[in-house]
Amino acid sequence: MHMHKFEKVWLIFGTVALLVFLTVLGVSAFYLGNQPPSCLVTIDPEKVEVTAPFNAPGLYEVTGKDWDYELVFVASAFSYSPAKVEIPKGSTVKVIATSKDVIHGFEIAGTNVNMMLEPGFVSEYTTRFNNEGENLIICNEYCGVGHHMMSSRIEVVSK
Amino acid sequence: MKKTAENEKVHPLDAKLSMAHFYVAIIALALGGFAGLLQTLVRSGRMELPAGITYYQLLTVHGVLLALVLTTFFIIGFQLSAVSKTIGPLSTPSRITGWIGFWTMTLGTVMAAVMVLLNEASVLYTFYAPLQAHPIFYGGLTLVIVGSWISGGALIAAYRKWKKNNRGQASPLLSFMAVVNTLLWIVATIGVAATVLFQILPWSLGWVDSINVLASRTLFWYFGHPLVYFWLLPAYMCWYVVIPKVICGKIFSDSLARMSFILFLLFSIPVGLHHQLLEPGIDPIWKFLQVILTFLVVVPSLMTAFSLFGSFEQYGRSQGAQGIFGWFKMLPWGDARFTVPFIGMAAFIPAGAGGLVNASNQLNQVVHNTIWVTGHFHLTLATSVILTFFGISYWLVPHLTGRTLTKKLNKLAIIQGVFWAIGMSFMSGAMHIAGLLGAPRRSSYSTYGDSTQALDWIPYQIAQAVGGTILFIGIILYIIIFIQVAFFAPKGNEEFPVGEVTDKAEKTPLIFENWKLWLGITAALILFAYTIPFIDILQNAPPGSKGFKLW
Repeated sequence: MHMHKFEKVWLIFGTVALLVFLTVLGVSAFYLGNQPPSCLVTIDPEKVEVTAPFNAPGLYEVTGKDWDYELVFVASAFSYSPAKVEIPKGSTVKVIATSKDVIHGFEIAGTNVNMMLEPGFVSEYTTRFNNEGENLIICNEYCGVGHHMMSSRIEVVSK
Repeated sequence: MKKTAENEKVHPLDAKLSMAHFYVAIIALALGGFAGLLQTLVRSGRMELPAGITYYQLLTVHGVLLALVLTTFFIIGFQLSAVSKTIGPLSTPSRITGWIGFWTMTLGTVMAAVMVLLNEASVLYTFYAPLQAHPIFYGGLTLVIVGSWISGGALIAAYRKWKKNNRGQASPLLSFMAVVNTLLWIVATIGVAATVLFQILPWSLGWVDSINVLASRTLFWYFGHPLVYFWLLPAYMCWYVVIPKVICGKIFSDSLARMSFILFLLFSIPVGLHHQLLEPGIDPIWKFLQVILTFLVVVPSLMTAFSLFGSFEQYGRSQGAQGIFGWFKMLPWGDARFTVPFIGMAAFIPAGAGGLVNASNQLNQVVHNTIWVTGHFHLTLATSVILTFFGISYWLVPHLTGRTLTKKLNKLAIIQGVFWAIGMSFMSGAMHIAGLLGAPRRSSYSTYGDSTQALDWIPYQIAQAVGGTILFIGIILYIIIFIQVAFFAPKGNEEFPVGEVTDKAEKTPLIFENWKLWLGITAALILFAYTIPFIDILQNAPPGSKGFKLW
């Protein structure tokens, strides 16, 4: 099949750019470990309240792990538990969350923390809080009539 | 000698069938567009809805009518007339099948619409379980899809008959493209049909207690991404085949156009996981694999861009254009059939770039489910695709009704396109910026307890309302033009422009119509990309979810 010379140049340029781009994504994901949240742990959505650690949502200091704190969230229509939490500045936190009813979102606005909470699954993401001040957590997946009321706060405070 | 395609009008009976589809589409546009206007006003914080109507009910109306009903009806109407024009009138059985498909889809639309209006189905057009709507809503959506299969069958039957009578010949380009898009649609809708028929309907009827949420979402997104290509390919049909004729140029290459359509068929389906990057329960290796497959559509997209501008330049130079960009001025900017789709093409440049961001394995996390995404598909679907559909209807509707697009209407159509460009720049631009700041999509007006972050989003939401209002004026202008060319414009012969290939072009290889080969590769790619992750989802499933009605 005949191709115009310029078209060949254009497609070679495009394909090479694509390969470079995908290589960058791949290296970031598999070498640097920047994977999207993909926790494979499951849970009975009817028994969230009696399943650890979701029976006691909140912030827990941990030792001997790559992170300083574990922050446990339970989402349900139309709130998060806890509704507010204080985190010392500069600490590394593993957020562990699930939903008691429908699908919810978990987005710390203005940061890269963003994941889906689905009934039956645990979602996790580890992040570091470097900036003092209030961070708004919002639900970004439609969950019902009170969806736009569903929020929580993380207050980053100096140690 | 056979008459050339140019002299032939679409058969009056086929014209009637196409027009029936367009009438439903325009009603959907009017109501869905009005819902969209109200949404932007509510979200600006300056208006509240009366009579107990909720924001999310309106959002369901907007999404179902515009993304599902308007698109599907317009596309089927356009493709049927394109086949009738390029390979000849439909046979009587095919035409009857087309009408059965039309009425099935219309009945389904009415069923779904009634449930939404009764507030029994405020689940948005993606209807994610375990939110549970009334079974009649799901039944209606099923009929829309089944109807589209029936119409697709009519189209494929017409194509097969032509192939039988014209052995060894390449089919007309426009019909070939309509067939590719119909096959794409049939393969893609298997996913959504599977989740609705085997999971959601039995669960909403109470026959089973619980549903596997992740399996349902995965089947939905197996359909959800090729859905956007089902919208886009008819626009590409116009850009590849119609626009060259409108500007009195030639099609750059018939073979390359076919190749790009085949590549879209192959690479638009096994990629749904890139909509589920932030979901638990799916191994990140499979997410990344589908990210790679997603990006392969870059190749046919670049081919399309090259072909379009190649034919523009060839035409401009044939008119004596000088310099590198002199040909640009030679294009028929006063012709709405060209200018309106051209605005759509131009919008596809930022739209495509935004799409690259969305599908990037990591960058997705910054924008997922923010209003950036809404801004993105209002550039792709609600600008590139819809303006091209508007541009098509400016000649197709009068062609089918035996009227003409007068000079005055042509001018109004260009004004309509300009309104759209301005309104969408405001609305989509503000959505993109607010999304980067974190504002969520699909959310009513909220300051989240006067959070300083959320208060920063409000000015952008006001800009969205300004844009939405301008866009609604655009919709009113379009409806005025549509009604004119459908019922009142002077009688005459409006051309159905079908481009021809340059004389220098080589004969089109027949391999592009080896459907066993292409459908075989399509199936192989789907099985490769989905088998293992889907088995994982089923084997490692948590206890299922009961239904919730939270609106």
